[in-house]
Amino acid sequence: MRVVRRHLLGLVGLCIVAGAVTAALGAPLWASHDPIAGDFAASLSPPGTPGHPFGTDQLGRDVYARVLYGARIALFIGFSTVVVTAVVGGLVGLVAGFFGGWLGAVLMRVADVQLSFPFVLLALTINAIVGLGLRNTIISLSAAGWVVYARVVRGEVLSVKQRDYVQAAAALGTGRSRILLRHVLPNVAPSIIVVGSLQFSQFIVAEAAISFLGFGVQPPTPAWGSMLSESRDFLYVAWWLAAFPGAALALTALGINLVGDWLRDVLDPKLRV
Amino acid sequence: MRAYVLSRIGQTALVVFLALTAVFFLVRLGGDPVLLFLPMDIQAKDVDEFRQRLGFNDPLAVQYGRFVARAARGDFGESLRYRRPALGLVLERLPATLSLAAAALALTACISIPAGVVAAVRRGSLWDYVGTTGAVLGQAIPGFWLGLMLIYLFSVRLGWLPTGGTGGIVHFVMPCLVLASFYAARMARLTRSSVLETLREEYVLTARAKGLAEGLVIGKHTLKNSAIPIVTLAGLETGQLLGGAVITETIFAWPGLGRLTVQALLNRDFPVVLASVFVISVTYTLVNFGVDLLYGWLDPRTRREADA
Repeated sequence: MRVVRRHLLGLVGLCIVAGAVTAALGAPLWASHDPIAGDFAASLSPPGTPGHPFGTDQLGRDVYARVLYGARIALFIGFSTVVVTAVVGGLVGLVAGFFGGWLGAVLMRVADVQLSFPFVLLALTINAIVGLGLRNTIISLSAAGWVVYARVVRGEVLSVKQRDYVQAAAALGTGRSRILLRHVLPNVAPSIIVVGSLQFSQFIVAEAAISFLGFGVQPPTPAWGSMLSESRDFLYVAWWLAAFPGAALALTALGINLVGDWLRDVLDPKLRV
Repeated sequence: MRAYVLSRIGQTALVVFLALTAVFFLVRLGGDPVLLFLPMDIQAKDVDEFRQRLGFNDPLAVQYGRFVARAARGDFGESLRYRRPALGLVLERLPATLSLAAAALALTACISIPAGVVAAVRRGSLWDYVGTTGAVLGQAIPGFWLGLMLIYLFSVRLGWLPTGGTGGIVHFVMPCLVLASFYAARMARLTRSSVLETLREEYVLTARAKGLAEGLVIGKHTLKNSAIPIVTLAGLETGQLLGGAVITETIFAWPGLGRLTVQALLNRDFPVVLASVFVISVTYTLVNFGVDLLYGWLDPRTRREADA
């Protein structure tokens, strides 16, 4: 029964993620309106208005279309950040764990300093300095987020390094780079995948939070965070401006979390992130 | 013990120093704060005078040396916007943030620890199912969206609670709920798995075998022994609560450190940014230092390591 429930939840998560990806990729197919073009005559129509299932915003833009296109921004930023942090943090963790030495020590000190600072605030500060926009948001989230990978991968490498098969390979005279690529990396890979899936939703929510505060992705680009930010001024008259982008964000985060938990149970039950 | 405390203070100072250094150089690399701050129609002569006055014309190394020397005395310069010492501004806002964080942490503990314990002890029951589902949902729902929906429901629709600001207990309700929702979810999940692990230990079996009341078995033998990961998480969360406060304070117009920092970042008021970085990293490391001291009480085995 427990096994069934575990896989069931993972499957539910997978369906939600598939839905979000479909919405993002096919946004122009599902939405009949341009997400940026406004229509003042139809501004602030409630949900259910013909042609506008989720209503329209203060500029008469179709909320349904904006939520769909918003999925593109969210998933693109989340995915890019996961890839960048996995590569950068993974490399740092590999170097620090496998070779050690002063470089590893310095890198892990940097990671400690970064971890003594709240993630969202750090990403926000970096974003304020490097500048706004889509690309800079990915850069700031990556700069703030690589440390988790570095820590986890370093810990894993340190333990894998002691295993008999690595010791045996070294004793047989296998080169260090070959040991690293053929013996250590494949055994660390499951952790990288699990951390990535668990970080994915954190990055999406953080991106929305940063855009919500006025940094990050700027209007009129339909990002969920900036839509929520704009909705604050209209909360008294138009609840749907806040409800739909936020629900999309929460649902996407939920789906990714479920998949992440499931992957962890299957691939790496010991890992605690 | 004294050597341990001293080395921890040294570590704290190092972390704070490195954080400040990093932010200082990032800020200077990020562009000219003077041009961003002064009005568009200002004369070039005035810009130069302003730069001269604030010392932006000196080489970077000189500026950095001056910054460190002043920061060591608690002087982060004047806020470009408020024309007042930056550290004073930040410290003024600290109590509001700390009271909100403390209330949220208390609420988190009151919800998540009982929920986690019940879910673990009655594993597989309806309580476990409801609690676990709630935790999964709480983790997925972003705080700022929950905040907006609560404002819509309780302020706009029902008119029961104020939309924001400070004043009385009623002002605490929604910000606390929003801050606590996310952390309670994580803490409940951790409490559940930690208690489940401890319940398998032999001393719990012994306690039951000698006929101890179930309340004592759970309260004294199990909970205290599962507390270490929970307390660790609570310590780490306190730091994240300070970060979460950035968003919560902005939604509910709470006059705290987080809102001040966001405004300072938006206005490029860098003395204030540096002063908040200082205060936040000091608070965070102090909290985790307190957590380390708690370990000694929770698990006597760690005391010897700390003494060594």
